[in-house]
Amino acid sequence: MRADRNQSAPLPLKIAATCGLLFLHLPILLIFVYAFTTEEKTFQWPLPGFTLQWFGVTWNRPDVWAALSLSVRVAAISTLIALILGTLCSAAVSRSKFFGREAISLLVILPIALPGIITGIALRSAFSLADIPFSFWTIVLGHATFCVVVVYNNAVARFRRTSGSMIEASYDLGADGFQTFRHVVLPNIATALLAGGMLAFALSFDEVIVTTFTAGQQQTVPIWMLEELIRPRQRPVTNVVAMVVVLVTLLPILFAYYLTRDGDQIAGSGK
Amino acid sequence: MTAAVSFRQVSRHFGAVRAVDALDLDIAPGEFFAMLGPSGSGKTTCLRLIAGFEQPTAGAISIFGERAEGVPPYRRNVNTVFQDYALFPHLNVLDNVAYGLMVKGTAKAERYRSAEEALALVRLPGYGARRPGQLSGGQRQRVALARALVNQPKVLLLDEPLGALDLKLREDMQEELKSLQKALGITFVFVTHDQGEALSMADRVAVFNEGRIMQVGAPQDIYQKPATRFVADFVGSSNVLPPDFVQRWSGQRRWGSLRPEAIRVNRGDAKGSEGVAARLVGTNYLGATTRLALDADGLRLHAVVPAGSALPEEGEQVVLSFNRESLHLMEEGA
Repeated sequence: MRADRNQSAPLPLKIAATCGLLFLHLPILLIFVYAFTTEEKTFQWPLPGFTLQWFGVTWNRPDVWAALSLSVRVAAISTLIALILGTLCSAAVSRSKFFGREAISLLVILPIALPGIITGIALRSAFSLADIPFSFWTIVLGHATFCVVVVYNNAVARFRRTSGSMIEASYDLGADGFQTFRHVVLPNIATALLAGGMLAFALSFDEVIVTTFTAGQQQTVPIWMLEELIRPRQRPVTNVVAMVVVLVTLLPILFAYYLTRDGDQIAGSGK
Repeated sequence: MTAAVSFRQVSRHFGAVRAVDALDLDIAPGEFFAMLGPSGSGKTTCLRLIAGFEQPTAGAISIFGERAEGVPPYRRNVNTVFQDYALFPHLNVLDNVAYGLMVKGTAKAERYRSAEEALALVRLPGYGARRPGQLSGGQRQRVALARALVNQPKVLLLDEPLGALDLKLREDMQEELKSLQKALGITFVFVTHDQGEALSMADRVAVFNEGRIMQVGAPQDIYQKPATRFVADFVGSSNVLPPDFVQRWSGQRRWGSLRPEAIRVNRGDAKGSEGVAARLVGTNYLGATTRLALDADGLRLHAVVPAGSALPEEGEQVVLSFNRESLHLMEEGA
């Protein structure tokens, strides 16, 4: 296979690949382009004119700010919950053997394996059964279910690569449980947690289905966007917000990717 | 004198598995003590009991007179050199070595000075700024050693310390560990499955099998006077002789052992001469010596002769002789 690396791919394959990539990404570019259009009722091509006015309009819309702030707060708090629970759970699953360990690791992963709509309906009926009014916290709970998985997966993979005798070595050298966690465990899983946390944040930020079932009157950014598309008023504002959302979610994911790639080298260097 | 480490009827059972079974053991202060045995014989569990990673199911362990049961590893004045070294990959060498002092709250300048000293002791001065990943296997081993020694432990535990090194490095480290132990006067307890390593380094050796100690003694005793067939077989290549054979030569009906170098091999027939008739079935050239495989009427024996001596042909009939005093009677009866 190594010899193939220097050979050029056949032309039809190149064309097919280019078409595939364009098909995937052109629509996203279009979203960006429409943020600069002068036409506010329909998406018209070619653009009738170029303007930056929608950035100003978006800036002055309180509903945009409300949605953005709600999304950021929900994502931040569900990520925080996920970081704590996910780390604890992955530590338990990878560091000790107990009855039902495999079952627990399956149950933790289940929320992302299940369709979001099932999770949503289940949570909604559970909330109404328990008479919990829909609020900020019900959204956070809904998001935490799948955020925990992301953190858990990242942390478990890192724990598996860390040598178990390292923790014993720390105890042996006189560090108690807390010191061992602070000086040995945490530095070794930090990049995995950061990566997991960023992915969780990004997931929570653009989540729609679970949110529709667990939110009351509040609107997170994706839900606000859906509403905006139905009511054609200042349409390019949606595109401006879409650009912001893409940046807010894409950057953490890229950063997380680089972090875990480096993490391989860090964890492998001790071997 | 108080023993450095003392086991009284110590057991460690994992469910039905008796990893360590009713063990009695005393290790003297300043001793270089080897625990030798095949894998699964309980030697590593024994080491982990001393370190505090395992707690005994029954029995009493004391370290320099202090009861050790229930005391966590971080409150024992005992340090371990792990088989995989277990260096912290996120810290540089100096911080690795200074780790024990850091968690004890020693001031930065002082702990770095002690760490530098420990690195000099293991002949790695100036390596402090490197990462463990940038070191060779032998260097990592030395860092692990320095990291343990910097805490001035009363007992240093070494778990298969030389297992991951290549032959040349292993021989160098053997000598170095031995002289280090002499210089520091710390009690060293090391676990190995390599009998050569145990015999060459240790003041005393305990041979483990199935969670029990088969024999404890000086390397010479273990080598020349094995107590049981297992010891004779495991520690090197002693010939194990069945009771019938032993009875003919010593009058006692017991299992015996005979070192291969104690056997003289002469050409010719057994007729008239006093000796054991045998047939040469194979020769192994070992450099300084040659190892002969012999078949004495169904009994498989090995003899070691110095290089350069005239060798019989394979398949040739030979006569084996040995001094009666070199025939060792084992404690194990028929």
